[in-house]
Amino acid sequence: MKIYRVNMTEGTVRAEEVKEKYATLGGRGLTSQIIADEVDPTCHPLGPNNKLVLAPGLLSGTNAPSSGRLSIGTKSPLTRTIKESNAGGTAAQKLAKLGIKAIIIEGQPQDGKFYTLKVTKDGVELLDGTALVGQRNYDVGKQLRSEHGENVCVVSIGPAGEYKLSAASIAVTDGDGRPVRHCGRGGTGAVMGSKGVKAIVIDDTDAPGVSIKDKEKFKEAAKDFSKMLLNHPVCGQGLPTYGTAVLINILNEAGGLPTKNFRFGRFDGADKISGEAMYDVINERNGKPTHGCHPGCVMRCSQVYHDKDGNYLTAGFEYETIWAFGAHCTIDDLDAIATLDRLCDDIGVDTIEMGVTIGVAMEAGIIPFGDADGAIDLLQQVGEGKPLGRILGNGAEFTAKAYGVSRVPTVKGQSIPAYDPRAVKGVGVTYATSTMGADHTAGYSVTANILKVGGQVDPLKKDGQVDLSRNLQIATAAIDSTGLCLFVAFAVLDEPKALPRIVDMINAQYGLSLTVDDVTELGKSILKTEREFNAKAGFTNSHDRLPEFFNEELDPHGTTFDFTGEELDEVFNF
Amino acid sequence: MQLEVRLFANLRDYLPKDSKGQVKVELPEGSTAADLIKHLNIPRDLPLIIMVNGRREPENHVLQDGDRVGIFPPVGGG
Ligand code: SF4
Repeated sequence: MKIYRVNMTEGTVRAEEVKEKYATLGGRGLTSQIIADEVDPTCHPLGPNNKLVLAPGLLSGTNAPSSGRLSIGTKSPLTRTIKESNAGGTAAQKLAKLGIKAIIIEGQPQDGKFYTLKVTKDGVELLDGTALVGQRNYDVGKQLRSEHGENVCVVSIGPAGEYKLSAASIAVTDGDGRPVRHCGRGGTGAVMGSKGVKAIVIDDTDAPGVSIKDKEKFKEAAKDFSKMLLNHPVCGQGLPTYGTAVLINILNEAGGLPTKNFRFGRFDGADKISGEAMYDVINERNGKPTHGCHPGCVMRCSQVYHDKDGNYLTAGFEYETIWAFGAHCTIDDLDAIATLDRLCDDIGVDTIEMGVTIGVAMEAGIIPFGDADGAIDLLQQVGEGKPLGRILGNGAEFTAKAYGVSRVPTVKGQSIPAYDPRAVKGVGVTYATSTMGADHTAGYSVTANILKVGGQVDPLKKDGQVDLSRNLQIATAAIDSTGLCLFVAFAVLDEPKALPRIVDMINAQYGLSLTVDDVTELGKSILKTEREFNAKAGFTNSHDRLPEFFNEELDPHGTTFDFTGEELDEVFNF
Repeated sequence: MQLEVRLFANLRDYLPKDSKGQVKVELPEGSTAADLIKHLNIPRDLPLIIMVNGRREPENHVLQDGDRVGIFPPVGGG
């Protein structure tokens, strides 16, 4: 395998052999290690000394089910911490099949121009990207496919990335060529923009494919693991049927659906924006309730959503997006939220960060709560680069500062997602302590708190939450390195034979003899590497805290986020 | 006693279509969540998540007049 180093200052590409220390790393483990090794933690995220690293997971490109996840690592302009942002789509599989372990983009073009990277079996090439400047993601993809072939994967930034806004995402096309899968969180799109890279075209024609040391063993383990996913009620039935939006109702029932900028735990309009409502609408309009973000996913939580006239509007319409523009902004119109989702994908901004930001804009009185048309207009201004749009596009904290708002739900500058930390305390511990800023996926305690997966921990009490969050953060760092979708965790947490099967696949592919304990050690070492980077960037335990308004009681349960600093610091006791 | 009952995801199929997954149910005093599940004819082949007034409760939980009960099949996302 190779690592490609693209130097944008010099306009050169170099293929490097994979160092021994990187050989058994992939995905997040690899991106975080390279960033820690090569990037000065005190650098400006948008300057020439930051780097952007793309890496497929260890199992990507193989027949392992749901293994096509891509990691992008950098120093985040939003949080100023280390960042790994993860996306589906077809990029990871194609990169892995091309024998590419990682692409490192460094430096900065001195001419201020934009370029396209073309990745093929012959290597990586820099092409002029001037013609794409100003274009949104759907058009960028269309244009590049017409030039380079319909089957290429396009990884791109929209205008938001060109403007280097902190909420900018990197879009990855799905199997249908739509830019609906994003490395959303942390402003990776702004870093790509700062490197002068508008798009990366990945063409895996005649790719050598992934070499597997012990094919028989791999096949057997992959088959078995696939079966475990399909037999698990969440992975095999819940996710394919209703997608992630099925969570709207259960969080609403549990009183943990943050509503009106985290004032209430329940939203009156929840029913109208629920996964069940979406399922009915999709079927009425001949959309697809079940859709995979990449070939080979067996859980297929994605969907294709049509507008009132039955025309394609958006895909990959997720719970967090629906919550952010929905309950958080008190908008109960699913079509309006779908339009906002489409706009985010097209402009290239994180739906969570933008949704939370629009709620903060409502808090500031720029538009009233519940104003769907106003929200669409604000988002358009982000895409057009208007002054207000540039404020909003830099995220919730920036917007709050610009308008003197103190009720701002962020940790380390990143917006808190769709679970109120007072009613789902375990995920609150993760928000506070994650190396990534507020991030539910970093340690998804919603499992044992709400979903009865991987045990049961009372979401309203403190007991057991710190241990739960720690264990999940460790396991997640490891899973994010495999290229497996994090949603395999539902099965892994419930089925003791699942994790050994993942280890079997890795061992068979790479000729290793790792044990389940090694996986835990890998997770710990990734977190330590990331924490160390953050410490050098100036972060201390006092940054591992939630905003003070979470001391206010939340209806309906009247609970607060009542962990002491010392208790939170116990998460990293290893 | 009267209960405010909501069924979610594919459990909605066990209520009349126009109910939108929400019904009022009359049960004798002292009934448990398990009694309610039986009353609604929900099959027991999958584990269920039962929420009473926003708190997860076991099946033997004794219900009270006016309780808001939500029942979910296994769901997930994130
Ligand atoms: S479960 Fe969903 S997010 Fe995960 S790989 Fe499959 S389609 Fe993509």
